[in-house]
Amino acid sequence: MLKNRIIPCLDVKNGRVVKGINFVDLKDAGDPVEQAKIYSDGGADEICFLDITASNENRDTIYEVVEKTSKKCFVPLTVGGGVRSIDDINKLLNRGADKVSINTAAVENSKVVVDSSKKFGSQCIVVAIDAKKNGDKWEVFTHGGRNNSGIDALEYAKKMEESGAGELLVTSMDRDGTQVGYDIELMSKISSRVNIPLIASGGVGNLDHLVEGIKSGKASAVLAASIFHYGKYSVKEAKQYLESKGIPVRT
Amino acid sequence: MNVTIVDYKSGNISSVINSFKEVAENKVKIEVTSDVSKIKSTDKVVLPGQGSFKSCVDALQSIKGLVDCLNEFVMNKKKPLLGICVGLQMFADVGYEESETKGLGWISGKVTKIDNQNGKYKLPHIGWNQINIVKGSKIFKNIKDKSHMYFVHSYEFVPTDKNSILATTDYSSKHVCAVEKENIFGTQFHPEKSDKTGLKIINNFINL
Repeated sequence: MLKNRIIPCLDVKNGRVVKGINFVDLKDAGDPVEQAKIYSDGGADEICFLDITASNENRDTIYEVVEKTSKKCFVPLTVGGGVRSIDDINKLLNRGADKVSINTAAVENSKVVVDSSKKFGSQCIVVAIDAKKNGDKWEVFTHGGRNNSGIDALEYAKKMEESGAGELLVTSMDRDGTQVGYDIELMSKISSRVNIPLIASGGVGNLDHLVEGIKSGKASAVLAASIFHYGKYSVKEAKQYLESKGIPVRT
Repeated sequence: MNVTIVDYKSGNISSVINSFKEVAENKVKIEVTSDVSKIKSTDKVVLPGQGSFKSCVDALQSIKGLVDCLNEFVMNKKKPLLGICVGLQMFADVGYEESETKGLGWISGKVTKIDNQNGKYKLPHIGWNQINIVKGSKIFKNIKDKSHMYFVHSYEFVPTDKNSILATTDYSSKHVCAVEKENIFGTQFHPEKSDKTGLKIINNFINL
C-alpha cells in the first residue's frame, strides 16, 4: 500500500538555513546539507529546500547546496524558490534535485509547466500554489506571497494538472506560520478536484494537524517546517503518531 | 570492474550517478557515457529513464549505434544490465505512452497506464510503497519482503512471461515492480532514491 509522506522543509538563504534545528549538536547549525542528512537519517520521506535568497547574485549558492546534499541523502529532494525558466530547472536537476517546484513563473506563464513537464517528465515538476482566502474562494498569490494574482486557486490547480504538473504543493497563506493547522477546506477542495497528488503546507503546529491534513485534507503528503526545526517533534515521532492514528507511513 | 550508466540525455540521472558512486566507493569504476565503444567494453550497464516511454525510446535511437550495442551487450554477450523506471519499461515489446511505440523487446510484454479506477487512485503513483517479493534474486540479497521503495510513475510493465516477475507492488492493482530474465534486471521503483534499502539493491547489482 502506498504510504503517506512526511516532508520536512528547510528555508535556505544565501546557502544557509534560516530556520534550523536548534537542539541537535550540530557542528554547523546553518549548514543545510547537514540538516538534510539528519532529516533523511531520521526517516524523512523526502526533503524540501525552499530557496529564499533575495538577490540574484547569490542564487548560485543553492546549486552548491543541492549538489552536496544529493551526494549524502538518498531520498527524493525537492527544490523550489526563484525557479523561473527551463534553464533554472535544468540546472537544479543536473545538480541532483529530483523535483523542482515552480511558483510565480507558473502563474505568469503556464507554458513553463507545459514545456518543463514535456522535457523532464511530470514526475519532477511540482507546482507550488500559495493561496489566500477571499470571501468564499481562494486566490493565488505570487512573489513569496506579496502579489495577489486574483486567480481562483481551485481553477488554477486544475489548469496546472492539465499543464503537466506531477504534484501540487498547496500552502495556505492564512495559516502559514500560525501553527493552528492546515486550511483543511482548501486542501480537500483542491485534492478532490485533481487526480494528481497534493502536498499540504502551511500552519502545522502539532502532530494532529498532520493527521487532519491527510485524513480530512485528503493530502498524499504533508510538509512542515517549524515543528521539526525547533525540535518540537522528530520525524520519527511524527511517523509513530500517524501510524497510531491508522495512517500508513514508511517505518 | 566497470559499471556504465548510459547517459542518453533522457531526464535527470544525477541521483543515479550519486548513488552508484556512493556504493562503489572507488572499488568499482562508475562511468557515465553515451559513447558506444565504451559501453561495448564495459562489464555492467545501468539503463535509467525518466519522462515518457516514447521520449526515452526516441532518445536511445537518436544516438547512432546505441540500441544495437545494447542488444549485443544483453542478448549475445549476456552481460548484466539494470533498467530503472522507464529503463525497465523499455524492455517491453511495446509501450502506449503518448503513442504506440516499439520497445527493446528483451522481455515480452507491454507498458500500459495504471488503471486509476475513475480517479480513486491518484496518478502518478508517487511515494513509498512496499514490494512483495515473489521470487528470490541476487539483486534482492538481504532485502526483506515488504521493504519500502520509492516510486514515481503512471505506467506499468505487464510482462507476458510471468516467470520474469521478481516483485509486485499494490496500487490500484498488483503491478510488476521488479523483473529478472537471465542477465537482465529491472526495477520500476528508484533504488537510487530508496534510502539504505535501495542502496543495498545497487550494491547487489554491482556485486553480481
